[in-house]
Amino acid sequence: MQSNIPILKLGDYLLVTIQMDVHDRAALQLQDDLTAEISKRGSKGVLIDISTLEVVDTFMGRVLSDTAAMAKVLDAETVVVGMRPAVAITLVELGLSLPGVVTALNLERGMELLTQRLGRKVNG
Amino acid sequence: MNKISEILSEDVSGILAEWISLQRNDEGNSLSISEDEVVSQSTDFLKLFAKAVESGKNDITDPAWDETLSMLREVALYRAQRGLKPAESAKFVLSLKEALFSRLLKTKKSESLLKDLWSVTLCVDNLGLYVMSIFIEKREDIIERQQEELLEVSTPVVELWEGVLALPVIGTLDSARAQVVMEGLLEAIVQFEAKIAIIDITGVPAVDTQTAQHLLKTVTAAELMGAECFVSGVRPQIAQTIVQLGLDLGGMQTKGSLMSAFQQSLRQLGLSIQKISL
Repeated sequence: MQSNIPILKLGDYLLVTIQMDVHDRAALQLQDDLTAEISKRGSKGVLIDISTLEVVDTFMGRVLSDTAAMAKVLDAETVVVGMRPAVAITLVELGLSLPGVVTALNLERGMELLTQRLGRKVNG
Repeated sequence: MNKISEILSEDVSGILAEWISLQRNDEGNSLSISEDEVVSQSTDFLKLFAKAVESGKNDITDPAWDETLSMLREVALYRAQRGLKPAESAKFVLSLKEALFSRLLKTKKSESLLKDLWSVTLCVDNLGLYVMSIFIEKREDIIERQQEELLEVSTPVVELWEGVLALPVIGTLDSARAQVVMEGLLEAIVQFEAKIAIIDITGVPAVDTQTAQHLLKTVTAAELMGAECFVSGVRPQIAQTIVQLGLDLGGMQTKGSLMSAFQQSLRQLGLSIQKISL
């Protein structure tokens, strides 16, 4: 079955754009596809763009955390980019701080951050 | 009430003069409304009062009193706006009692005197209470508006450097303030594409568990937006309170002063300040 969420290759990184509410099935599918893609391409960085999401609930928060953790096991850094202020407030009010997830303001910043972190890793 | 009506129709101008002089005696010279205004308000009011009394209705909630009440309302609102003391506004109506009493006492039919006095007292007191309630209502309006203004004014977000925002919090950080502060900061992070946000709490008088909670939430939200957060301006007493209360500031990065937070921010951005030789 085809995943609803496309995974794009962007240089050395993978870009996942989540544009709508993700349900259990789609989430599992995304994690399947993403892990497969990471191991196939040997990607070192994953960018998850949630700038179009207006609502992030506990489920979505866990999907993000889990996905980041999975990528980590495969030695890829994950950056969640483009969170809206309203979403950040909701998450904080819900008591969710997305442990283990690195965030950035927008896609550009996310790529800078990845480059910085990966560069450091190589050098030191 | 018929007796009052009689008295009023007999000597309106006399009562008016006495009433106005009573108001003047009680209120002293420090009125922020002019003598002319007092006279014109009193004259208008007495006219309407006489008309309402003539109707024979004793209860001021009766429609016959509507005109009098709306006039009184205007007077009360006007005085509240001018910042008069509550007692001064209440005197406006209550001093009328004395003017009426002195006239009542001069009448000879003493058997119904007590009854007449009672009905005047009741009526004027009710009017006095009405003035007070309107007065307080207006004051509360003003206080509420000021609170709202304070809420908006007191949470500015300033850009210290490209990508560095500072948010000086002044005053107690309660839930309503915290919400405004958080929203303001997050919007500014998007607007300025900020990498670092400094929350300065020099102006916060005390930090309790709730304030700490609000700060922590704000910091976490800013970090979710991809900005790094410092809390600066932690005074020695506040540091002590935080430890004594056993508050867990988690991953919050605290700095003693706004300056040291700013220096750290510049370092993080790979910038430094250099002295130039002139």
